[in-house]
Amino acid sequence: MKHTLSVLVEDKPGALSRISNLFARRGYNIESLAVGQTEREGVSRITLRVDCAEHSLEQITKQIHKLVNVLRITELIPDEAVEREIALFTVAAPPERRGELMAFADHYGARVSDLGPQEIVFEMVGHPEDLDSFEELVRPYGIKEMVRTGRIGLSRAVRR
Amino acid sequence: MTRMTGADAIIRSLEAEGVDVCFGVPGGMIIDTYDALYRAIANGSKLRHVLARHEQGAGHMAEGYARASGRVGVAIATSGPGTTNLVTPIADAWMDSTPLVCVTGQVPSAKIGTDAFQETNATGITLPIVKHSWLVQKANEIPATIKAAFHVAQTGRYGPVLVDITKDAQIAELDFKYPDHVDLPGWNPPRKVNHRQIAAAAKAILEADKPVFYVGGGIINGEATAELLELAEFTKIPVVTTLTGKGGFPDSHPLHAGHPGMHGMKYSNLALNRADLVIAVGTRFDDRVTGNVSAFAPNAKVIHFEVDAAEIGKIREAQIPICAPLKPALAQLSAELRKQIPDGREGDTDWLNRIAEWKDEFPLRYERGDKIKPQEVLEAVRDATEGRDDIVWTTGVGQHQMWAMQYLNCNQPRTFISSGGLGTMGYGVPAAVGAKAARLDATVICVDGDGCFQMTSKELTTAVLHNLPIIVVLIRNGYLGMVRQWQEMFYGERYSQTDLTGPIPDYSKMAEAFGALPISVTGSDEIAPALEQAITENAAGRTVVVNVLCSEDEKVFPMIPAGASAADIIEYGSHEKAKEVEAR
Repeated sequence: MKHTLSVLVEDKPGALSRISNLFARRGYNIESLAVGQTEREGVSRITLRVDCAEHSLEQITKQIHKLVNVLRITELIPDEAVEREIALFTVAAPPERRGELMAFADHYGARVSDLGPQEIVFEMVGHPEDLDSFEELVRPYGIKEMVRTGRIGLSRAVRR
Repeated sequence: MTRMTGADAIIRSLEAEGVDVCFGVPGGMIIDTYDALYRAIANGSKLRHVLARHEQGAGHMAEGYARASGRVGVAIATSGPGTTNLVTPIADAWMDSTPLVCVTGQVPSAKIGTDAFQETNATGITLPIVKHSWLVQKANEIPATIKAAFHVAQTGRYGPVLVDITKDAQIAELDFKYPDHVDLPGWNPPRKVNHRQIAAAAKAILEADKPVFYVGGGIINGEATAELLELAEFTKIPVVTTLTGKGGFPDSHPLHAGHPGMHGMKYSNLALNRADLVIAVGTRFDDRVTGNVSAFAPNAKVIHFEVDAAEIGKIREAQIPICAPLKPALAQLSAELRKQIPDGREGDTDWLNRIAEWKDEFPLRYERGDKIKPQEVLEAVRDATEGRDDIVWTTGVGQHQMWAMQYLNCNQPRTFISSGGLGTMGYGVPAAVGAKAARLDATVICVDGDGCFQMTSKELTTAVLHNLPIIVVLIRNGYLGMVRQWQEMFYGERYSQTDLTGPIPDYSKMAEAFGALPISVTGSDEIAPALEQAITENAAGRTVVVNVLCSEDEKVFPMIPAGASAADIIEYGSHEKAKEVEAR
């Protein structure tokens, strides 16, 4: 089962490795990871996505909570959180197929951020699952390169 | 504020924390701190330093000191190998929740990451086995960091921390002022007790017919032994204590129901197995206690008192979790029960009688033979110290450790110091030296095996040279005995690499070379006089090694094979049963 964890940490060296180590020691892979500043100076937010058993997750969450640099840890529940991700796709786009690609992009709200004679670099901001769908759609055209930022999220405003 | 170097600030900070003795080995990247120590001592500092012969020894000494005193142990080492040698004690302290501050030297900031001479990534290597660690590269960060290190080591669930300080930070100057508070916004161990949970626990206790206290080392770290004693007596509930909890409840108390686990007493395991309520206190349901988790206390409701939230529900679900410091939590439970039953809980006569019957029916047993049996030695050393409340025991790891747990009587906390979770062979001798440094008034006796002794015996030198006299009772059976036992029982008697090979080394000569007094024992009738002599000589300031030649094939019983349950207990003289259990 996949889970998204949102961890507020003091902005100190080693904070990230202390957290990631708790997954690594159990053989769990971190699927995506995003680290950045928050509204508070000296505090960063780490958003990570992992596929791990419920029981392990509970244990790992408690152990993360115990870390000296960790201020708070919450799990983002899909219906109760706003989740976003950015992706860049370099897609093979010979002139005769551009029309179709542009139509897909239009439908998904992806933008063209660079254009070459044989390739288009699409940029898409959205819900991670929508990014997955767009990726599936353009894959047959040939994805030359792809990068994703990892999902970020916050609890929904209505819940606050 | 006083102007001084970072190295001076390290020493001043240790003094400010009230450290009276630290353990270590100097080296190139910590030489400035040792220079500051030298100058401090020359200027009348009360801080003592014990020079270990190996950093592992220094670390275990700091652990022994911490476990015997209840205070933070301090170990100092240089960078690179000095630090890696400390890794085993750090891991040991991590597993057994021993408060430890390790101060290590690091190469100069500018050289970090260049594979400089004796450079190692200290915080990286120790990352999974410390509560927290700091890399300090600025002199002016030293006082606050050391303050924080001591705070983290001895709050919440105790454990080890590491402060890695670069050489340039030790050399640079700062204006020294020791802070009076710590700034750790993310470190908030539980301080309060949830009264609703206490009420629920009281209700469960009043409803139970077959309750048992299952008590671990947390009772000792949590300074809650008096509260436990009061609670147990008031409720007339029997108490089992784990290896690390030994002494947390008096072994001689009528309500003490022994030690549970792989080599625990049969009656202790039966008590847990048949209980309808397990009140777990400061313990973590270790696999050496539970065996097969699904068959552990299968009919019991669980109340779990624990300061570390991550331990609650980790192995066994707790119907009533109480995440709180143990001392106030147990005191509140007592108070709650007193409100409801002012005259005390009646006690479950049938249940207590049943445990008493098991105790009579399944005592610890062994048979004498031509050669000395290790159990005889443990009984003799127990009898030689009977009635004394100034004995501190340490052990290595293996068969001798299990016999020590089974046969010794510890009636006070901090008197049985052993490596539980990590199972660190060689722990005993250095831990004894550290315990002696903490308890100069006590007679410190290390029960050791010959395998363990060969790993750390050099620290006898430290005991002798630093006037920290200890007694080592060496159970010499010529084998890595616990592994041999498994090989005999579960591996077709194929004794692969467990034979320590006859009379080499000569342990008495070794003891002598290290400056200790050897007493050699080869016959049963020599044991008691040898121990008497050892105790007398030790009281006069000598470190003594009682070198007892024992039977090589004696095995520790009872035994619950790994992963089995209380139903599969193998008793003395019936280990054919092992093969049945294994065959399943």
